[in-house]
Amino acid sequence: MLSAKQFHEMAATVTPAGSVVAKPRSLWSDARRRFVRNKAALISLCLLLLIAAACVVGPWLLPHAFDSADWDAMSTGPSLKNTHFWGTDEAGRDLLVRCLIGGRISLTVGLLATLASVSLGIAWGATAGFLGGKVDAVMMRIVDMMYAIPYLLIAILLVTILGREFYLVVITITVFSWMDMARVVRGQTLSLRSMEYVEAARAMGVSTTRIIFGHIVPNLLGVVVIYTTVTVPGVILTESVLSFLGLGIQEPMTSWGVLIQDGAKVMEVSPWILLFPAAMLSVTLYCFNFIGDGMRDALDPKER
Amino acid sequence: MWSYTLRRVLSTLPTMLAVISVCYFLLHATPGGPFDSERQVSAAVLANLQAKYHLDLPLWQQYLMYLQSLLHGDLGASFRYADWSVNDLVANALPVSAAIGGGSLIVSLIIGVGLGIVAALRQNSVADHFVMLIGNVGSAVPSFVIGPVLIIVFAILLKWLPAGGWHDFELRFMILPMVLLTFINVSVIGRVMRGSLIEVMHSNFIRTARAKGLPTRVVVLRHALKPALLPVVSLVGPLAISSITSALVTETVFSLPGLGKLIVNGAGNRDYTLVLGLVVLVAVLTVTLNLLVDLAYAWLDPKIRY
Amino acid sequence: MALIEVNKLSVQFQTPDGVLTAVNDISFSLNRGQTLGIVGESGSGKSQTVLAMMGLLAINGAASGQALFDGQDLLTLPATALNRIRGNRVAMIFQDPMTSLNPYLTVERQMTEVLEFHKGLTRASARVRSVQALDAVKIPEAARRLDMYPHEFSGGMRQRVMIAMALLCEPEVLIADEPTTALDVTVQAQIIALLRDLQRDFGTAIVMITHDLGVVAGLCDEVMVLYGGRVMEQGCAESIFYHPSHPYTVGLLGAIPRLHQGEQSLVAIPGAPPNMAQLPPGCPFSERCTLADRHCVQTRPALAPGQPGSDGQAGVLRACHKTTIEVLHHARELGV
Repeated sequence: MLSAKQFHEMAATVTPAGSVVAKPRSLWSDARRRFVRNKAALISLCLLLLIAAACVVGPWLLPHAFDSADWDAMSTGPSLKNTHFWGTDEAGRDLLVRCLIGGRISLTVGLLATLASVSLGIAWGATAGFLGGKVDAVMMRIVDMMYAIPYLLIAILLVTILGREFYLVVITITVFSWMDMARVVRGQTLSLRSMEYVEAARAMGVSTTRIIFGHIVPNLLGVVVIYTTVTVPGVILTESVLSFLGLGIQEPMTSWGVLIQDGAKVMEVSPWILLFPAAMLSVTLYCFNFIGDGMRDALDPKER
Repeated sequence: MWSYTLRRVLSTLPTMLAVISVCYFLLHATPGGPFDSERQVSAAVLANLQAKYHLDLPLWQQYLMYLQSLLHGDLGASFRYADWSVNDLVANALPVSAAIGGGSLIVSLIIGVGLGIVAALRQNSVADHFVMLIGNVGSAVPSFVIGPVLIIVFAILLKWLPAGGWHDFELRFMILPMVLLTFINVSVIGRVMRGSLIEVMHSNFIRTARAKGLPTRVVVLRHALKPALLPVVSLVGPLAISSITSALVTETVFSLPGLGKLIVNGAGNRDYTLVLGLVVLVAVLTVTLNLLVDLAYAWLDPKIRY
Repeated sequence: MALIEVNKLSVQFQTPDGVLTAVNDISFSLNRGQTLGIVGESGSGKSQTVLAMMGLLAINGAASGQALFDGQDLLTLPATALNRIRGNRVAMIFQDPMTSLNPYLTVERQMTEVLEFHKGLTRASARVRSVQALDAVKIPEAARRLDMYPHEFSGGMRQRVMIAMALLCEPEVLIADEPTTALDVTVQAQIIALLRDLQRDFGTAIVMITHDLGVVAGLCDEVMVLYGGRVMEQGCAESIFYHPSHPYTVGLLGAIPRLHQGEQSLVAIPGAPPNMAQLPPGCPFSERCTLADRHCVQTRPALAPGQPGSDGQAGVLRACHKTTIEVLHHARELGV
């Protein structure tokens, strides 16, 4: 057995090979560096912010209201001459404004439902992971059952029964979007609980609060951020599908899904009514996908 | 292997029961719904409901009788149409959805696995980038966008195929819907197969196989393919289930008289009992599909049979 | 002509941080029935050397130099020709038998395919030969076990299966990459004894890669000591063991715990393994060598024969600026 003195003597002989030692980098600055290097993710982020800004501010800047009919211009194509830059629909309503207003609704629903499902997912997963044992088993069994159910169907059932109020649509979407987050948070909590550095911290007498906030939460934040960027497009997509099927947002409000449904009905005659909102939705989803990929690559500890 | 099968079958029952029960009791809570005395329906429909759902009995008895009728395969009565039971409507619609969904699933597996293998073995080549592109587009762009675009291109501009509709299983009505579903499935299968095969090819046992002097064809087909297919197999379940949900969109876009259209119309009409019956049917299908996938997985991977 | 002749073999990898040279200028030869041990720490390049010879480098790796087997350069052979040699005349076994055997195929399939491909046997006759091979490596109930999956075997038995599989075609060379590292000590001894017997019975030349000097002592005729991708000392195993003429070898031998050591502390080699991207221009070991001076760090010592006249130094090549006498003196000081 070595005495403490011998241990320290030996330790003193260990010198780092060469004079090059990698600079210590925290998880977040490292992640930010890597994210910024990812061109696709960066462009997507800017594009997304642009779209969001346009949806919020745009309708105030444009001369038309989203529900006012322009009797002189029914179903006209996109043009620069009159002020209907993206054309009008069969009721004479300006398409650009409708797309932006629809964007407001789609993004708002996306945001709210994401917030709700992320919170629910974290709470569920952390509780299951932390308590462990039978409670964990039961909670995860419920998650498995939720996965086994085709969500769109239940969403349709809920909408049939409860109606299509805005808040109900948000609730319906939330009910089916929290499971991924719960599963991931639970897995992370479980493994963090028994991580060697947590045990080491406990052995050195670090208080539980400091362990939770110093070790567990920072590591949870990583997966939470990643899965949030994955949840958002899923939520937006769910709302769009529901609205496209006529089971989501209802008149007089509009969303991208509703606009696409309108457009699909007249696409043989006026394809732009379909294509513009479809393009907006697709670009938004693409941006979220690239950002999500970028986040995943940036925060993946295996890459360090 | 058989005891494993039995155990898996038994474990699906609680899930199915839970889904069915939740839906059933939700329906009871609905104001103006089928089980509310305030409902406004025609006399003929009322008579049907009385017969099928035993509305004069206490709730728990109604529930048990409902379960019993389910076991006999009776999915209930429509809330809107007096002449048609849910079973009748399903019998007309199911073959349509099954043909299109099942057909495209099989085609997708073949194409998806093939593309994935090519992409994995020729990383960073043109073929690889092509597969990744399909993967990207198929997963980001929603099906209800791709569908109409297909219609615009092939039906409106090129006039090769009809824009929708259905006549007695004629091929020309089936092509575009199947192309849509196949495109979406292939985007997922291709990417998963590619990633999975790349990872397997880095395994130690593949190195051993190459060290034994086996030609690449054998190394890939005999040694790498089975483990690489495992993630794809576990995809088939969710894919089959999602083809049920994508049927909702596809049949709406192409106006096909399938199960999906039935559900969407039912929901739009607030035909509660129809939707309930259909949801139960789909739940049973879902759970069964999941079960089949688990069994296939166990058959492929000898380590799983505990 | 020697069976294997390697001349100035180097292996380089393209990494995001630049080009990494894992193996630098290695030369050795091997005759029939001989055993060569390649010794070094993790990262010294010993595995990459043989992987390069077998054409199993990762995609971002490239080998230069020559690796002649029976006159043919393995590094430049087209794939089909290489496949006729691999598994047939030159066989390889790997470190971790659990991950090196395909868990989704039976042992029978993995063994019979070798015979089917290289010897043109039918499945049935390949099966018979496989059972014989399993018997030869002393696996009990070979015929029944042949149809099992790898995960149904224990670690030691899996390695025996690997050895049996490698010897099916009666190769002229067997390359063993740390075959006993993942096994317990007692099993280790059995495997080494097995390899020795097989070599005696079949006359196979063996290249044994290991970091364990005990394994080398029990099995090898010749030894090559690597550090930082370069050869430090190379030659007759007995000479190197009893009269190590390189400070690194001295350090390795000194680090072996001995039963009669008593109160003496273990001699550790100070420092940490090298950063392969940041090697000094001179001797790669100079940073940790207690005998090193500035000259050692700046100028790379050439691999040259030890001074004639010193005990047992004939046939040993060493890469060190210090004289053999100085190193032997250093060794004696440490009680090696």
